[in-house]
Amino acid sequence: MKNRWLLVYAAAYLAFLYLPVLFLPLFSFNASQYIAFPLTGFTTQWYTALFADTAMLQALSNSLKVGVVTAILSTLLGLLAAKAVTQYRLKGTGTALGFIGLPLFIPDVVLGIALLLLLAAIGFPLSLATVVLGHLCLCTPFALAVLIARFEGFDRSLEEASADLGENGWMTFWRVTFPLMLPGITASLLLTFITSFDEFLIAYFLSGTDATLPVFFWSQLRFPARLPVVLALGALILLASVVLVVLAEVVRNRGVAPDKKTIGA
Amino acid sequence: MSFLSVTRVIKRFGDVEAVKAVDLEVPRGAFFALLGPSGCGKTTLLRMIAGFEQPDDGVIAIDGVAMNGVPAHQRPTNMVFQSYAIFPHLNVFNNVAYGLRRDGLGKDALRARVEAMLATVRLEGMGARRADQLSGGQRQRVALARALVKQPKILLLDEPLGALDKRLREQMQVELRALQKSLGITFLLVTHDQEEALSMADHIAVMNGGRILQIASPRDLYERPNCREVADFIGEINFFHASVKEIAGDNVTCNAGLLGIVPVPRRAFGFAIAAGDHVLLALRPERITLSGGTVAGEIAAASFLGERSHYHARIAGRSEPVFVASSGPAPKGPVMLGWNPADVIALPFVE
Repeated sequence: MKNRWLLVYAAAYLAFLYLPVLFLPLFSFNASQYIAFPLTGFTTQWYTALFADTAMLQALSNSLKVGVVTAILSTLLGLLAAKAVTQYRLKGTGTALGFIGLPLFIPDVVLGIALLLLLAAIGFPLSLATVVLGHLCLCTPFALAVLIARFEGFDRSLEEASADLGENGWMTFWRVTFPLMLPGITASLLLTFITSFDEFLIAYFLSGTDATLPVFFWSQLRFPARLPVVLALGALILLASVVLVVLAEVVRNRGVAPDKKTIGA
Repeated sequence: MSFLSVTRVIKRFGDVEAVKAVDLEVPRGAFFALLGPSGCGKTTLLRMIAGFEQPDDGVIAIDGVAMNGVPAHQRPTNMVFQSYAIFPHLNVFNNVAYGLRRDGLGKDALRARVEAMLATVRLEGMGARRADQLSGGQRQRVALARALVKQPKILLLDEPLGALDKRLREQMQVELRALQKSLGITFLLVTHDQEEALSMADHIAVMNGGRILQIASPRDLYERPNCREVADFIGEINFFHASVKEIAGDNVTCNAGLLGIVPVPRRAFGFAIAAGDHVLLALRPERITLSGGTVAGEIAAASFLGERSHYHARIAGRSEPVFVASSGPAPKGPVMLGWNPADVIALPFVE
């Protein structure tokens, strides 16, 4: 009996979580521009309209650019920080980690306004570059968390073994460190990309005239007639996100697991 | 000049001097062991020879070439790591081939050398196995093959058998010893396990507190330790305080309190003595007999171990029991402890 209630609870939970999301693709194929049941008929006109809408495609392109640059930079920063934190005994490591992680606990709206004020104060023009800067504050802690976990399972003696067998530092990095860190790096790239791609508040404050996709969506909500097109793009992004997340998980799990059989000192 | 020569090498970590002005000479082709408790500096010394740590002072020379400033990847040494450090993203073949990729061997020559080495460590046909498909013993062999295939001048082994179970460890001791003899490569083993050092090495350096206490053959180390620490660390032993009573030519008599007047050959003293000196006499458990001796005692505890038995014998006036190992029949009633004067180990007494 107890089990059945748990099942009901779990089903209700999952329904609440995913049914609304499924409305996106559902209504994106609905012939009416009003988001209401009953459905009126199947159409792909919104998708056609989507690919004709240059402003929306421009926003999509902006978001992809910001996402890719943010992902690469924050993963690079995270990589360096994670290596330093896990492999060297440095003073103030805990404090430094605390400050790097702090943006996760500051409301995005506060962070966004603060960054806007700073940029205005020093007269830095708003552009996609400033969005990247804002997103770096947000994404680097994620990258760091993913990569630290990866480095902690990394046996330092593997790098020493490589040196012992005649490889210098650079070749050791390419033949040992990088292949073993690759799953972590991939996971970090995907996570930071997605975080940047769907971030709204900071982008809203820092994007200036170059709207990212979430900001563009927000501006379109004022026009009911545009809504189905937004739904169509939303459905496509949903599909891409699911593919990316599944991919990230597959890569993470397929990667070489930290060596459990090794018995250390 | 010896093959590996360590001269007044010092290593500090912060305020701690981990290795204190160590001198060490290892002959070519030797199986040499650094033996000591954990934290004695033996692993630090090994890592300095490998090039993973730089000495703060002193010189390490291999085959007459000083290694100061030479990075690990350019040294003629290879190491079997305590954790084995098998590359988890490579299979057995590529692990063993790892260090050969830069040697400019042709594909066939490389394959032949790796296969031959795999055969040497009895891993034929295992080349395609992944690291996580290997047992502990197999991982050990891969680590060994990967280091030996580089044909190092010195093979460094850092507690190589620590992770194996007892039976496998004993088997690998025999194999390592045979491998070293057949290849003729100088082996330098670091271990805290005295049995491992005694059974494999030709020469053992006992380390404690960053210093080398004694360098000797396994038998000499056991029968002729030069200080209380070495005697205590290698095997079981009983200590008795004594003072030198009389020195007459080759014969020394000592007053050993509860044991009475004990004759000791002069050659048992590896140090200068004079009448009245406080010394430490020591007896190995298997050198003490339970009957026919002169010291009365009684058995407080006995344990039967198959080929021999261990006894704790109490003697009046001594708080700790005398440890005796005997293969004879179990004694009944009081015992009379005895020994051969030639078996007495004499050590300097240090406050």
